[in-house]
Amino acid sequence: MTHATVLKIRSALLAPAIAIVVSVVVSAFALQVSGHSSVAALRAMFNYVTTTDSLVSILNRAAPLYVVSLGVAIGFKMNLFNIGADGQYRLAALMAAGASSTFSLPRPFHILAVMLIATAVGAAWAAIPGVLKVTRNVNEVVSTIMLNFVATGISAYLLINYMRNESQPNVAETKSVPKSARLPSLNGLLEDIGIHLPRLAVLNSFLPIAIVVGILFYILVWRTRFGFDLRVTGTNPAAAKTSGVNAKAMIVKTIMISGGLAGLAATGFLLTDFTKYNETFPLGLPFTGIAVALLGRNHPGGIAVAAFAWMSVETASRGLLDEKIPPEISKILLGTLLISSVISFEVVRRRTLTQAIRQAASATPGAHSGGLPPTEPTPAGATA
Amino acid sequence: MTETAAPQVLAIELRGIVKRFPGVVANDGVNLRVRSGSVHAIVGENGAGKSTLMKTLYGAHRPDEGEIMLAGEHVTLKSPREAIARGIGMVFQHFMLADNLTVWENVVLGDEPGSRTHLSHKMARDAIVELGTRYGLRVNPDSYVSDLGVGDKQRVEILKVLFRGARIIILDEPTAVLVPQEVQALFTSLRSLTAEGVTVIFISHKLDEVLSVADDITVIRAGRTVGEVAPADVTAHDLAEMMVGRELPRPVPRTDAPSEKVEIQLDRVTVAGLGDRDALHEVSLSVRLGEVVGIAGVEGNGQSELLDAIMGLRHLKSGSISVAGHSIDALSTRDRRESGIGYIPEDRQKDGLCLAAPLWENVMLGHQGSRPFSLRGWINRLAAKKATREIIAAYDVRTPSAEVAAAALSGGNQQKLIVGREMTADPSVLIAAHPTRGIDVGAQAAIWDHIRAARTKGLAVLLVSADLEELLALSDTLLVMLRGEVVAQVDPHTVTTADLGAYMTGARKGTVPA
Repeated sequence: MTHATVLKIRSALLAPAIAIVVSVVVSAFALQVSGHSSVAALRAMFNYVTTTDSLVSILNRAAPLYVVSLGVAIGFKMNLFNIGADGQYRLAALMAAGASSTFSLPRPFHILAVMLIATAVGAAWAAIPGVLKVTRNVNEVVSTIMLNFVATGISAYLLINYMRNESQPNVAETKSVPKSARLPSLNGLLEDIGIHLPRLAVLNSFLPIAIVVGILFYILVWRTRFGFDLRVTGTNPAAAKTSGVNAKAMIVKTIMISGGLAGLAATGFLLTDFTKYNETFPLGLPFTGIAVALLGRNHPGGIAVAAFAWMSVETASRGLLDEKIPPEISKILLGTLLISSVISFEVVRRRTLTQAIRQAASATPGAHSGGLPPTEPTPAGATA
Repeated sequence: MTETAAPQVLAIELRGIVKRFPGVVANDGVNLRVRSGSVHAIVGENGAGKSTLMKTLYGAHRPDEGEIMLAGEHVTLKSPREAIARGIGMVFQHFMLADNLTVWENVVLGDEPGSRTHLSHKMARDAIVELGTRYGLRVNPDSYVSDLGVGDKQRVEILKVLFRGARIIILDEPTAVLVPQEVQALFTSLRSLTAEGVTVIFISHKLDEVLSVADDITVIRAGRTVGEVAPADVTAHDLAEMMVGRELPRPVPRTDAPSEKVEIQLDRVTVAGLGDRDALHEVSLSVRLGEVVGIAGVEGNGQSELLDAIMGLRHLKSGSISVAGHSIDALSTRDRRESGIGYIPEDRQKDGLCLAAPLWENVMLGHQGSRPFSLRGWINRLAAKKATREIIAAYDVRTPSAEVAAAALSGGNQQKLIVGREMTADPSVLIAAHPTRGIDVGAQAAIWDHIRAARTKGLAVLLVSADLEELLALSDTLLVMLRGEVVAQVDPHTVTTADLGAYMTGARKGTVPA
């Protein structure tokens, strides 16, 4: 490994390390102040989270969180703040749930069709703030937040009036997703390679889908012209425009991808553990996705770690109940983790840049004295 | 005007002001003597140090050496607030008004009359009407600023500083945005102001206007005071010569001749401006293959709009642009660049680079849609890095590697990278805006050589520059722009500096061959 690579890795790990230390210290302080043992709390959380059951549950919930976070992150990449993932996700879950039982297809195609419906609904709903932004200059933060309320209203209306399961008159819920549209579990596959999960721990196959989406995200953003345009627009909109990027088209496309991923994330629950859309369907996820995208620095690798860590802490907090410690301490831990990581990443980024500038300056002695031998009038004989 | 103020009373006296910034001396011994109740014009080329001097006077920064005396008293101005307290007000070239507030609200903003909890509308309105009547600056205090024309907005700006009790008003390029009738109205107001004992400092490039309104003129060149004159004693030609300097290097005559084939042609191109005036009015020009056409002119006379129009960053109100005989009016910026127009933007850090991105990504910028950088939407990183290493070698970009962020390079090296990037794409037209602004002498010579070499190989170059020396050294044909129009075409080999200055400032009308 070269010296430069070592430095790069060191600075990449420095920021999260600082953030973790700070958040653990703050949480421990909060525990001590409220009269609990921080050591006992940490031990309880660690013990709870390191069981196979917990691990499977974390992975099952981290996978949809990962996909929704990628959606938020692609917007962030070009300074587009899609706060409306909640509405996109909600409408997609409802529509996909309602539509899934209206047609039948052989299994893989049925699954694929429902996923496409969810993605399309999310993308279409996200297109509204995109079009408003490019045509009417409406700030997408405001419009997406407001459209979340609209989506909540519309989904309640549609659920009660059109998509309700008539055979269950007392509950507002859709019909169950047909068996042919449900994602299989990975347990069988794991058995084949010699990993035996406990009977009640079912690892969903949305996990590999999320991994594929993460890889596609990386390729799209870092290896295609679209991604290049996206990143330039995010870092320097004026330079992007001068280089020929069509900013309006980029905004609409990007927010639609963002919404599409939010919609796709909904199928991570709908086609697995929650087979119908009702009040128990996990709805808070997209907001967590904003935090996870920030924590993961809008990079698919970072977001994967962040999504896993976030769900681990949330799951681990259940272990605190046995110790009679309020599980809300996990919220303090996650909150401080978020704030301290945002700060420490920025500090490390600036430090790295300063170092790079210093290195470039020292690596090029006489940068201002050389120049080509002048053959025609040179500026040296400047204005008298 | 001399009878309104005793000649001995100096409102402002600056002695030996020196202000250094890292790498440059912006003011290098400036002396200024402004009589109380006079209109004092300060003229000088771009970069001569006028703005730095005004910032010193306005307390925006402190000089490294020299003395500031107000009405004979030594002062140190630590902040604009302190300058305002001492009666110095500044009207900036770009208006700083809140469009959605009314005139009186804008005027009192930050200095509201009334008690601590109550804002007195009446006091505010009365004060504005009173000031307006006294100084001939009539504006309806209840109009919304968004409904006002440019001239009225400027009056509001002046009222703002008068309301704060200014007795010395600095006007930075006040006529740049005005149409001729508004200029006359402004000059009448300035007369009313000085009649009331207010001192006006008037910064301008436009020598005919300076001569008609100023009582005294100070000329600044390269950070130094080069002359203090009375308008009656000088002509616009004299002033232009003082501003620009007497001697300029002559370009070495080129041995080859440009081709006869016109590569890029602008036909009566008009671009709408912010006010009533067009930013660009019926500009026609053409550049042949192997020719460098220079655009001279004081900045803000339509050059930026011209560049934007060619690159497709601004809508044409009328007219048409064609490259190699084909209209490019319907093409997007990307299509224009890919069809062979290279572009060196005015502001390299804002428009030309992504400072946080590595050099090899910056080399792709503007060419991300063409080979070798991408094919069918896929980025080819290896090709980009290889091209970057080639540019680093060929254009002598001083950098440790192609992986460092563009922010790590000095200005000259950033610019060499941009020049290399545009040349490597093998364009047929190069639009170069201020290609050597703010960079060191070595890099400047290198970039000039690259442009000359490309021209010799048959590139059509349109060069916009504020640096007359650069224009004379590179251009085969030189056009002068003033108020959004091409006002003169001159031969760079024979034109005198004084003539050029006169055309640039409107002191003399030139001819433009049809």
